[in-house]
Amino acid sequence: MKHLLSAADLDRSEAIEILDTAAQMAATQSREIKKLPTLRGRTVVNLFFEDSTRTRISFETAAKRLSADVINFSAKGSSVSKGESLKDTALTLQAMGADAVVIRHQSSGAPHTLAYAGWTSGAVINAGDGTHQHPTQALLDAFTIRRHLVGDSGRADVAGRDLAGLHVAIVGDVLHSRVARSNVQLLHTLGARVTLVAPPTLVPVGVGSWGADVSYHLDEVLTEGRPDAVMMLRVQRERMSMAGGGFFPSPLEYTRGYGLDARRLAALPDHTIVMHPGPMNRGLEISADAADSPRAVIVEQVSNGVAVRMAVLYLLLAGETTNMKAVGE
Amino acid sequence: MSSGTGAPAGGAHDETLVLGVPEIARALTRIAHEVLERNRGAADVVLLGIPTRGLPLARRLAARLAEVEPALDVDALLGSLDVTMYRDDLAHHPTRSIGATHLPPGGIDGKVVVLVDDVLYSGRTIRAALDAISDLGRPRGVQLAVLVDRGHRELPIRPDFVGKNLPTAAAERVRVLLDEIDGRDAVLIEGAVL
Repeated sequence: MKHLLSAADLDRSEAIEILDTAAQMAATQSREIKKLPTLRGRTVVNLFFEDSTRTRISFETAAKRLSADVINFSAKGSSVSKGESLKDTALTLQAMGADAVVIRHQSSGAPHTLAYAGWTSGAVINAGDGTHQHPTQALLDAFTIRRHLVGDSGRADVAGRDLAGLHVAIVGDVLHSRVARSNVQLLHTLGARVTLVAPPTLVPVGVGSWGADVSYHLDEVLTEGRPDAVMMLRVQRERMSMAGGGFFPSPLEYTRGYGLDARRLAALPDHTIVMHPGPMNRGLEISADAADSPRAVIVEQVSNGVAVRMAVLYLLLAGETTNMKAVGE
Repeated sequence: MSSGTGAPAGGAHDETLVLGVPEIARALTRIAHEVLERNRGAADVVLLGIPTRGLPLARRLAARLAEVEPALDVDALLGSLDVTMYRDDLAHHPTRSIGATHLPPGGIDGKVVVLVDDVLYSGRTIRAALDAISDLGRPRGVQLAVLVDRGHRELPIRPDFVGKNLPTAAAERVRVLLDEIDGRDAVLIEGAVL
């Protein structure tokens, strides 16, 4: 594995290797001294063309806990706002000796271009591109699901285990969601069954080839599908206006049809966990009752994110020196 | 040291049996007594096995300590220490997978940690282990027990307890097989010209 660009690139054994490594990383994060010397001397660049607080902080924390040097590069206030192209930015980073570039970009495919255009020899990690992919989010979701639902609810050792037999419902704006795309692919690879739940306007064309079931009725899925995990997606309020595409008529109507509230929460099986990639719109896709209930693992997803990103950085960077490899390999 | 030389393996091409089942058992029993003697009992002792083969060796040592001093609780005595993330040669090998680190419930602060590994060679694994220990706590002392010391040290590190000193050439390979992992107990030298 040289880059991490898409959840679809991971086969079952690679995905499980990342989850198992993340479990060991998570164990080190409960110690008093959380810093490990593993990536000393390596440089990780966070290249963020799109606003993101939690993903950037998560990657930064992960890299620092492994003793890598971190350079944060956000498009605002940088040469990008002066009109520099992705290519020139990448060549600059290469000249500075970046061993890994973590990239978040508003255009789908930008990380792929960065990885294969020959501008940089470092590993490229996709931290979210357009409506395409967000593989580390899918990995941390899978890690959280495995921890809670596999191996007697976390009491047995889950190393080497996949998610076979589990049912995950992903609810909300599937059309614009890179989190949903990455999750469907990774959960499928790991053997889980996925049901996408969304209003018809927010279901993408061609969803039939994703290998997931699609439903327009949340209540039906929650009561009859008996999901083991319910993943709520963020809804952007601007999408409801006619200018934003008019995907749904009003927030209230969306909440009635697809919001997770106390009533729907009560309909879930006892063991079901509630997930959200954040940031949440409380009162829109998820009510305060659901977000703060004991079955919500939303805060834990954030801490698992650090462990998963440490694992990805370790697996991409700790082996034979990456910067020695030929550019454009 | 005191353990006997194993019978040469019959017929194997360039593989020589150095320690067999009884020799390994005797060496571990002796090391267990040496640990007790050196530390005047094992009340403060914590055995940390270094994966992979240090783990079953540490477990066997802990069982022997408990045999001699029945008051000892094996679980409170035994842990594992993965040193992968502290190695200095990560950049020269394909990515290694990370093993588990478990400390006994009492931790290692103020205890005497006995590191347990199968083969002592360059000493670099033990260097990494010492770094890992200092991130986990501050033991009163650290000692090193190995089943085989094959020489060729690259760092100023020496073992406190040795199952067998085995002079080797750098080109030879020492393999430790343990029942828990490999299905049988043996220490072999490969590529040996004896």
